[in-house]
Amino acid sequence: MSHAKPWKGFVLSGLASSAGYALLFAYLNDREAMAPFFQKENWWLPVMVAFAFSLAHGAFTGYFWDVLGVRAKPRGSKS
Amino acid sequence: MTEFIALGADSVAFLLIVGFIGGLVSGFIGSGGAFVLTPGMMSLGVPGVVAVASNICHKFPKALVGAYKRHKYGQVDIKLGLVMAATAAVGMWWGAGVQQSVRESFGEAGSNLYVSVAFVVVLAIVGGFVLRDAIRIYRAGTTEHEEEVSRLARWVRSVEIPGTMMTFRVAKTRVSFLFVLPLGFATGLLASTIAVGGFVGVPGMMYVLGAPGLVASATELVIAFVMGLGGTVKYAMGGYVDVRLAMLILLGSLFGVQLGAIGTTFVKPYMIKVVMATIMLIVAVSRALVIPVYLGQLKVLAISAALAAFLKQVSFVMMVLALAVGAIIIIGAMIRGHRAQA
Repeated sequence: MSHAKPWKGFVLSGLASSAGYALLFAYLNDREAMAPFFQKENWWLPVMVAFAFSLAHGAFTGYFWDVLGVRAKPRGSKS
Repeated sequence: MTEFIALGADSVAFLLIVGFIGGLVSGFIGSGGAFVLTPGMMSLGVPGVVAVASNICHKFPKALVGAYKRHKYGQVDIKLGLVMAATAAVGMWWGAGVQQSVRESFGEAGSNLYVSVAFVVVLAIVGGFVLRDAIRIYRAGTTEHEEEVSRLARWVRSVEIPGTMMTFRVAKTRVSFLFVLPLGFATGLLASTIAVGGFVGVPGMMYVLGAPGLVASATELVIAFVMGLGGTVKYAMGGYVDVRLAMLILLGSLFGVQLGAIGTTFVKPYMIKVVMATIMLIVAVSRALVIPVYLGQLKVLAISAALAAFLKQVSFVMMVLALAVGAIIIIGAMIRGHRAQA
């Protein structure tokens, strides 16, 4: 059975995920830039960042395996 | 501010690789990875509490993505997951109190000993039971069939306590809330002690409530999400979360969790039990190896510094091995399942 590859979603989510990780790597060892993420009063920042990455990178990794052809077995098919 | 650790290429590579393998195992059996990630981060120079906090911060988005994926395959019982998570929160809170009093009474070595003994006892008993069941299914030649409901679960289902009965449609079970409550509590207690509550939660849902292995392991991801989110908020309020570490682990972990979730649709149902038991038993041996080290620190046993360092090293290598063996079994089973379908 042929399956259309979700190139559009793959590219868009890939761009979003890459942008997030590019920022992370750019400031990875920049103590000053990262300081707000460690402050107690900014406790919501790591939580929001984690949600944002799970959305962008979660979508990207899903499309990634799909584009590679690694997909779930259709329900009801013989094992 | 929490100690700021400079992250080099080797640290990043370690977090990506272990993240991927841990994610693969989590996507498949519902939990895993924390027992390698937390000590692994500490070996990179990360303080213990920051390693625990950062691991939890990567756990909830990973569990969210895994739960969403497996929900699409019809494997997640959201209601069971939320009920278990609510009671697990109580267990986690109680477990944290126990940990604190052990640390106050017996110091760091006493606390480490308590955690290691908990690891060994719980994992050896539960892992041995799960392995025995997997071997029984294999010998009976019923690996292709839907799993049989255990005798205990049949009894639990037969107990009617008016006003407490709950139906869990995806898990195909109707049980009293009074049985779910201690199970969730034990999951949370274990999560706060050894950081992997799923080692009790998943077998509990299978053998006590009668949920199929696939549903139990998928539902565990809902519990992990709720507990991970709560834990992240708690640790972030103390300023302990290093978001860089968490997001680096997540980079590899989400590739893994997606693959592990896809894998569950290809393998025979009993493979969940095989992977879980294998990991649990190797980890139990690994933690048993460091018990003499902590007994030495408490002056109960005379042990040389060289031997203590050697045992710690072997123990960590065995934990990495546990995760790697689990990942190899999953990938092997996926390939076989894929070939059988083709």
